[in-house]
Amino acid sequence: MAMGKIATLANPSFFMGLTDRVLPWLAAVTIALFAVGLYVGLFVAPPDYQQGESVRIMFVHVPSAWLAMFCYTLIAISSIGSLIWRHPLADVAAKTAAPLGAAFTLLALVTGSLWGKPMWGTYWVWDARLTSVLILFFLYLGLIALWDAIEEPLRAGRAAAILALVGFVNIPIIKFSVDWWNTLHQPASVARLDGPAIHHTLLIPLLIMALAFTCLFVWLHMKAMRAEILRRRVETMTIRSVSHMAELKAAE
Amino acid sequence: MDLGPHAVFIWTAYGATALIVLALVARAILDERRQKQALVKLEAQGIRRRSAAKPADHLR
Repeated sequence: MAMGKIATLANPSFFMGLTDRVLPWLAAVTIALFAVGLYVGLFVAPPDYQQGESVRIMFVHVPSAWLAMFCYTLIAISSIGSLIWRHPLADVAAKTAAPLGAAFTLLALVTGSLWGKPMWGTYWVWDARLTSVLILFFLYLGLIALWDAIEEPLRAGRAAAILALVGFVNIPIIKFSVDWWNTLHQPASVARLDGPAIHHTLLIPLLIMALAFTCLFVWLHMKAMRAEILRRRVETMTIRSVSHMAELKAAE
Repeated sequence: MDLGPHAVFIWTAYGATALIVLALVARAILDERRQKQALVKLEAQGIRRRSAAKPADHLR
């Protein structure tokens, strides 16, 4: 029964109808969260006692880095759905998440470099955290290239799903790199067993911005999935129209 | 707003974020619009999806 319900929810036509109703509300919530998050982050939150004003880069860097890892996890879960149940919507979800993941990973790398220069004195070091995130960026580019290289969507989806699952080993490496190796990057300061190590005046704007970025990601992903579903319908109809024309010509 | 000696790094980080976010939003809107237009064009030519009970229902 549960599987039947999941199958109904994962039906492309049902998905199109549902997102049609949800997306305008989600856009409004996202804009409101960004407005509040940016106001609190830039005008209300105090400067850090050690990092000064540059701590404000955290409000865009940390949510980008979280999304970079969340997005890859989403691709890995979708890949399982694609490989085991061969569900077309799982395939669409994985394919459309990859460019978004690449963009947020790039953003995490760029904002991290801009935060690193005033704090560490350098834009880049080849430490475990930074290098593993750079590898994540290349993994996203590899997935995008693979989907582009294979014309038939089902074959491309299967090949990309295998690559995505193999590459998932990088996610725990990114998360625990700061604990396993001696890195210039600071250890985890929010998701810790003994509670966040950040003062609440900085933690609250960080959490608001993280929620804003997450809502933005969900909105972007739903829009991209809708476009991909429509693209596949256009391709199928174009092929049908071409074969219909060929049949008509042959009959003449 | 005085962001101190590191203002250039802070503004560049926020600028890069705004640029990438706006590019992603524009791409999402334009891509969906392009596919809808292509679908409407095909349906205007009389081509229908095999499973479409109500053509272009999702384009409302």
